[in-house]
Amino acid sequence: MSLWANFTKGFLKENPVFILVLGTCPALAVTTSVSNGIGMGLSTTFVLAMSNLVISALKNFIPDKVRIPCFIVVIASFVTIVDLVMAGFFQAIHAQLGIFIPLIVVNCIVLGRAEAFAAKNGLLASFVDGLGMGLGFTLALTIISFFREALGAGAFLGHKFIRGDGILVFVLAPGAFFVFGYVIAIVNRINKMASGGK
Amino acid sequence: MAKPSTFANMVSTLLVICLASSAALGVAYELTKEPIAKAILAKKISAVEQVLPSFDNDPLEEASSVSVDEGVLVFYPAKKKGKFVGAAVETFTRKGFSGEIKLMVGLLPDGTINKIVVVQASETPGLGDKIAEEKSDFAKQFFGKDPSTFIMKVKKDGGSVDAITAATISSRAFCDAVTRAYDAYKRGFKR
Repeated sequence: MSLWANFTKGFLKENPVFILVLGTCPALAVTTSVSNGIGMGLSTTFVLAMSNLVISALKNFIPDKVRIPCFIVVIASFVTIVDLVMAGFFQAIHAQLGIFIPLIVVNCIVLGRAEAFAAKNGLLASFVDGLGMGLGFTLALTIISFFREALGAGAFLGHKFIRGDGILVFVLAPGAFFVFGYVIAIVNRINKMASGGK
Repeated sequence: MAKPSTFANMVSTLLVICLASSAALGVAYELTKEPIAKAILAKKISAVEQVLPSFDNDPLEEASSVSVDEGVLVFYPAKKKGKFVGAAVETFTRKGFSGEIKLMVGLLPDGTINKIVVVQASETPGLGDKIAEEKSDFAKQFFGKDPSTFIMKVKKDGGSVDAITAATISSRAFCDAVTRAYDAYKRGFKR
């Protein structure tokens, strides 16, 4: 697979949220506004790319039977670093995302890519895979949060374009499932058309 | 290829990885310690400044805390030319819809509410989060009111407060926190 295809596969063809249906907990929980979605997506992207890189570098030194604990230690370290840096330099977004930053540790996408890709591929390929998957995740979160913020609060990035309230259910938990379901259906349709189906 | 999974290999690999991770975390902690402390302090200072009339002392320096039923309230007294002009009270409530709500309430010497700022809250976006001043007019109805005549309960409970539509629990919690600040202020905080 070429490097470019490796990078772009996370956007649509193997989008972690819409196709692999991984990491749905943050995808549903933090997507109440576009800025939250982007913040969560970029934090995860950083963790994914860095942990993929390190795990790929270490893959020949890690005995098979303890690979999962080793991966988790590496991932947890990067997540903690992200958490500290955000708390120090991006207070506003850190206050919003709160508990969901530490929870990146147990995001299936991160461990999934470590196990399925980084443990078998070279440094550059693993880094690019992590970057692509992370940006795909960011894209998914942005799309979901765009619809939820627009419909639920009548706003984009906090700027209101209607007076008063939107359809509040979209900001609440059930709205996350509505949007999630519809977007998955649309993405599947697009993928089908792209692969020659009708 | 991967090293064989002998006992010695597994233990040494895990040990090395954990040591390296701890070292990296230690460095990250040291580097971010100061900015984090600064950010928290800046937030506090800005909340105190927002809720009080102009002052020239350092309220954070003179802060005192008071224990109440289920927690601690912190008082930040403000003075201008040595004269007491009011106090910011960091108050809380556990009656919120999702988690603890922390407010900074500015009270004038006669007990009138000057302003209220939400310090920390995770109320439902679009509903309960309207307790914040910039999101709706809910908090503004408290400003300039004297709680001895302004009953801090929602109208449904026989008070004078207009609750936020579809967020009565958050509105009640807000009243609870402000009441707690006011009661402690009237009771114990004398200058």
